Amino acid sequence: MFVLHDAFFPVPCSLTKMNRTPIIFLNVLVIATCGLVYELLAGTLASYVLGDSVTQFSLIIGIYLSALGIGAWLSGFIDTGLARRFIEVEIAVALLGGFSAPLLFLSFARLSYFQVVLYAIVLGVGTLVGLELPLLMRLLKDTLAFKDLVSRVLTFDYIGALVASLLFPLFLVPKLGLVRTSLAFGLLNAAVGLWATWLLAPLMKGKVTGLRLRAVAVMVLLVMGFIKADSLTKLAEEDLFADEIIYTKTTAYQRIVITRSRAGFQLFLNGHLQFSSADEYRYHEALVHPAMMAAGGKPHRVLVLGGGDGLAVREILRYPTVESVTLVDLDPAMTKLSAAFPPLAELNKHSFADPRVQVINQDAMIWLENAVAPFDIAIIDFPDPNTFALGKLYTTRFYKLLKARLTPEAALAIQSTSPLFARQSYWCIMKTLEAAGFAVRPYQTAVPSFGVWGFALARLQDFAPPTVAPSGLRFLDDRAMQGLFASSTDTSPVPVEVNRLDNQALVRYYESEWKRYE
Amino acid sequence: MPSKEPSSQLKPTTVDLNKISPGAKESSPSKLENPLLDSPPLPISPSPLLPSASLTRRELLAAFLGLPVALAACSATKTPSLPQGEIVGASNDTGHRLRDGQHVEVAADHWQRVKVVIVGGGVAGLAAARKLLQAGVDDFVLLELEREAGGTARSGTSPLVAYPWGAHYLPAPMKENVALVGLLEEMGLLEGKDQDGEPIVAEQFLCRDPEERIFFKGRWYEGLYLRAGATSDDLAQFDRFNNEVKKLVAWRDAKGRRAFALPIANSSDDAEINQLDRLTMGEWLNRHSLTSPRLRWLVDYACRDDYGMTVEQTSAWAGLFYFCSRVKKPGDDAEPLITFPEGNGRLVNYLFDKAKAKARLGFAAAEIIPIETNGRAGVDVIAVSHDGETSRGFHAERVIFAAPHFLSRFVIRDYRDQPPAHVAEFEYGAWLVANLFLRDRPKDKGFPLCWDNVFYDSDSLGYVVATHQRGIDRGATVFTYYYPLCDEDPKQARQRLLDKDWAQLADVVLTDMSRAHTEIRSLVERLDVMRWGHAMIRPRPNFVRSAARREAAKAYRNIHFAHTDLSGVALFEEAFYHGNRAAEEIVGGKQ
Ligand SMILES: Cc1cc2nc3c(=O)[nH]c(=O)nc-3n(C[C@H](O)[C@H](O)[C@H](O)COP(=O)(O)OP(=O)(O)OC[C@H]3O[C@@H](n4cnc5c(N)ncnc54)[C@H](O)[C@@H]3O)c2cc1C
Repeated sequence: MFVLHDAFFPVPCSLTKMNRTPIIFLNVLVIATCGLVYELLAGTLASYVLGDSVTQFSLIIGIYLSALGIGAWLSGFIDTGLARRFIEVEIAVALLGGFSAPLLFLSFARLSYFQVVLYAIVLGVGTLVGLELPLLMRLLKDTLAFKDLVSRVLTFDYIGALVASLLFPLFLVPKLGLVRTSLAFGLLNAAVGLWATWLLAPLMKGKVTGLRLRAVAVMVLLVMGFIKADSLTKLAEEDLFADEIIYTKTTAYQRIVITRSRAGFQLFLNGHLQFSSADEYRYHEALVHPAMMAAGGKPHRVLVLGGGDGLAVREILRYPTVESVTLVDLDPAMTKLSAAFPPLAELNKHSFADPRVQVINQDAMIWLENAVAPFDIAIIDFPDPNTFALGKLYTTRFYKLLKARLTPEAALAIQSTSPLFARQSYWCIMKTLEAAGFAVRPYQTAVPSFGVWGFALARLQDFAPPTVAPSGLRFLDDRAMQGLFASSTDTSPVPVEVNRLDNQALVRYYESEWKRYE
Repeated sequence: MPSKEPSSQLKPTTVDLNKISPGAKESSPSKLENPLLDSPPLPISPSPLLPSASLTRRELLAAFLGLPVALAACSATKTPSLPQGEIVGASNDTGHRLRDGQHVEVAADHWQRVKVVIVGGGVAGLAAARKLLQAGVDDFVLLELEREAGGTARSGTSPLVAYPWGAHYLPAPMKENVALVGLLEEMGLLEGKDQDGEPIVAEQFLCRDPEERIFFKGRWYEGLYLRAGATSDDLAQFDRFNNEVKKLVAWRDAKGRRAFALPIANSSDDAEINQLDRLTMGEWLNRHSLTSPRLRWLVDYACRDDYGMTVEQTSAWAGLFYFCSRVKKPGDDAEPLITFPEGNGRLVNYLFDKAKAKARLGFAAAEIIPIETNGRAGVDVIAVSHDGETSRGFHAERVIFAAPHFLSRFVIRDYRDQPPAHVAEFEYGAWLVANLFLRDRPKDKGFPLCWDNVFYDSDSLGYVVATHQRGIDRGATVFTYYYPLCDEDPKQARQRLLDKDWAQLADVVLTDMSRAHTEIRSLVERLDVMRWGHAMIRPRPNFVRSAARREAAKAYRNIHFAHTDLSGVALFEEAFYHGNRAAEEIVGGKQ
C-alpha cells in the first residue's frame, strides 16, 4: 500500500483504501464535544466566582469563538507534516482543557489572577480547537469530494456541540462535578490523540513513538489529577463554605443560613454571621443585662427591636418582674424559625412560647411612628448598618422616635458594631444617640466569633453605669459588669458626624471601614 | 340679585364655550384646542402610510425615546403585554361638554354676592385663600375646575403609600423667605432656628439619603454628575462651572440684593444680571467654553427637570437661577430638599384643609366680567359644574385669578374681546407623568435605589420612589415617572402627547424604564398616566425678565393675578408668593 506514496497522490488515497475516513469523523465529534465542554466549564466557573452569568457566558462564548477563528487562521501557516501537527495539537488540547477546571479552582482565591487564568485558558483552548478542524479537512481533502467533506465535517462538528450541551448539565456536572468533567474530557482528548497515531500513521513520515510517549504522559497526569480531584475541590471550596449547612431559606427580606460545626451552630443573615452558639451568651448577656441593671433590675415592659433569634428575649425573661416583651422584627420567617427550628428554639429556651412575649413583624421605624405604650427597657439588636435601609434605624430621627416611647426612668442598649474594626461607625452611633438627647455610656466586650464588640447603654438623664450583675449568668458577674465599661486606647473616641436620615453618614463610615477587612 | 351692570343684565349671562378656544385660528373645528382642559379633541387617525401596528409602535417609541432604544424594543412586532391602568386627571367629561359649546346660563336665584372669588385651587389659589383667612376675610369662594384641589402639585394615594402626580419637592427656604418659613412653621415642619436665624427643618421631612443616582452604560452611580470615567478636563470644567455659580451666589447689587433670590421678586433687577435672560443657557455655557458633555448633560438635566426645556431652549437667567438661588453662601451645598411620599401634595393638602369650607371643587370659572355699578367696581364670575349640569353666578368685589395666565384671554371677557399683548408671551410645556405600582423592586447593578433615579441616555427624567421617604425599603413600591416633552414648538409637543392613548403611553414608559430595569414589565401591576398639556410655563430667553411678564402680574380692574407662571418659572415658592401678594393687594399689605 505504500506504493501510492508518491508526489501526485499523496496520502489520502491510502486512507480511503483503508476505509478509515468514517472513524476520522469520530475524531471531529470528540474534538467538537471536548471544545464545547471546556467552554461550558469556564462559563460555569466564571459565573460561580464572578457572578453575573449573562456577562460571563457571553464573554466566554465571544472569546472562544474568536479564538476558533485565530486557530483557523494560524492553520494556514502550517504547510508540512499535517498529520503530526494535528496529533500534537490534540495532545495540547488534552493537557490545557483537561486541567482547565483544576487550574481555575486553584486560582479562586485571587480574583484578578482568576480572570487572567480564565481568559487565557479559553483563548488557548479555542485557538487549538480552531487549528484542528482545518488541518483535518486538509488531511481528508482528496479523499472526498469537497461538498461531502464540508458537509460531514460540519455535521459532526455540530453534533459534537449538541452532545456536549446535553451531557454537560444532565450528566457531567451532577455526576462528575466540574473538576472531574474537565479531567475526563482531557483524557478523552488524549486517548483520541493516541489512537490517531495509529490511524494516521500512513500519513506520517518518520517515527511516531515520540508522539505516543507524549500522549501517554499527558494521560498519566490527567489520571493522577482524577484521583486527587476530591482533595483539590476541597482545598478550593473550604474558603467558601466552612461548615455543613443545616438550614437555608431565602425570604422576602434576607437569606437565612444556619451551619453546624464541632463548636455548635451559626446563624448567617445575607452571609453575615449573627451568632455562634458557642459564644453567643457573651454577646447576649452583654447586650441585655447592663440596661436591665441600670434601670434598677426590676423591668416591667420591655421592647426588643430586631433580635428575631429570640436570644435577647431569653436573657430578658430571667427577670421575674417582666410583664411583657414586645419584639419587633422585620422578617416573619426569622421569628418563626426561632420559635420552631429545634436547635434555635432550644438555644433561646423557647422564649417565643412564653405568653408574655408578643412578636410583631414590621419595619421597626414604621412601627415606632405609631407605637403607644411606654417601655422601661429597650434592647436594640439590628444587623450592622451595611445598607441604607438598615442605616435609617441608627439615625437621630429613629432615636427620637424611640425616646418618645420610653418612660423617664428607662434604659436602652444598642448593639453598635465593633469599636475596633469600625471605630468611626461605633462612635458615630454614640454621637447620634447623644444628638437625639440621650446620656450615653459606651461599653464593649470580647465575643470570640466577632472579636471586640461594642454596645451603647443610654438613658434620658445622666447616670452611672451599673456595677452589679444578676446571679446565675455564664459570662457576667459583678466584676465583669464593671469591666464592660473600661475604655481602651485603640477604641477611644474619634471625631465623627451625627447620623441623620438625610446624610446616612453611618452607612458610609461602615462601608469604608469594613472594606479594609474584606 | 340686582347687578345693575347693563351688559350682564341685557345679554343673557351665558357664554359660548366653543368660542373660548385658541383653536379658532386653526381650520379644522374638530381640532380645537381646549383652553381649560388638556384632554385631546380626538385621537389623530393614523396616516394610511403606516402599514402595520409594529411600525406604529416603532415610530411611537422613536418619537419619545429616540431611535436606538426604539429599535431594540421593537424586536417584538406587537406591543408586549401591559399592566392595568388608565389615564387620570384632566376632566374629560367636562372637557367634552365644554367643547360641544354648551351655553352656560345662570338662573337668577343662583347668583350670590361675595367679597372675593378665587379662580383656581393650586398652590397660588390656596395660598391666597390662607392669606385672606388670616386677614379675617372669610366672605369668599374658591373655584376649582378639577374635583380635587392642588393643581400641578396634587397627588394620589394607594393602600401602601401616597405618591405625587406633579410637583414633588420644595428646597428648604432661607430665612429671607419669611412667608414660606411661616407656612412651614405652621405645618410643624420646623424644629427651630440655628444661630444665624435660619430655619431648621425636621430631619424626617428632608429628602432621605441617598438622594439621587444615575444610570449609565448598564450600571447605577451615586449622584447626578457622572464622575465615573470623567477625564481631568471634564472635572476641571465642572470646577469652573461651580466657580461661576459661586461668583453669582456671592454677587450683590447696590441695594444688597442677590442676583437670584426666592421669591424671584427679591432678585436684583440690575442690567448686568438681566442681560443673562437674552441668552440661552447653552449659549452661556459656550461663552464660558464649558463644553464637557457630562457637564452639559447635568445642566440640561437641571433645565429639563425644573422647566421642561433643554439647555438650548432655557434662558441663561433661568438656568443659573436654578443653580444659584438655593445656595446660601458661595461654596455651600444647595439647600436640602423638603419632600414627602406624595411630594408637594402634602403642602397643598394642608392648605386645602384650611380653605375647605370655601372651596367649590369641580366648578370652573367660565366667564369673568369686570363691571362697574354706580361708580363701584366689581366682577361677575360665572361658574359651571364639572358635569355641566349646574351653574352659579357670583357678584364679587374682587377676583383672584390663580389659574394659568394663558386662560385669561378665554375667560376674562375684556381679554377675550381684546387680549393684551402679554398674554401671547406665556408659553407652556407638556409633561407626561406616570405612576407605576410595583409588586416588588427591580434588581440593580451598582448604587442602590435612591429617591430620584435618572437615566443618562433618556429624554425622560427617570423616576422618584414614593416609599423612599416613608422608610419602606423592601417589597412593593410606587415609582413616579417624569417625562417633559421638549419640542421646539410647545403646541406640537402638546399634540404629540394628547394624541396618544393610555396603551401607547404605558408602552413608552415601560420601554424607557426597561433600559435600566429589564424585568420591569413583570413587576408593574398597575400604571396610571397623567398627561399635563399645559404643565409649566417655559422660561425661554427674553421672557423671565421681560416687561410683558411684569405687565401680566398687574391687577386688571378688580382682577388680581396669582399664578406661578407670572414669575416665568413654575415653582412652589413662586406660586405661594403670588397667591400671598394677590391676597395682600386686596386686604392691604400687613394685617
Ligand atoms: C410634572 C410637574 C412637576 C413639577 N415639579 C415641581 C417640583 O418638584 N417643585 C416645585 O416647586 N414645582 C414643581 N412643579 C411646578 C408646580 O406647577 C408649582 O410648584 C405649583 O404647584 C404651581 O401652582 P399654581 O397654583 O401656580 O398653578 P397650578 O398648579 O397650575 O394651579 C392652577 C389651578 O387652577 C385650576 N383651574 C384652571 N382653570 C380654571 C378655571 N377656569 N376655573 C377654576 N379653576 C381652574 C387648575 O385646575 C389648577 O388646579 C411641577 C409641575 C409639574 C407639572
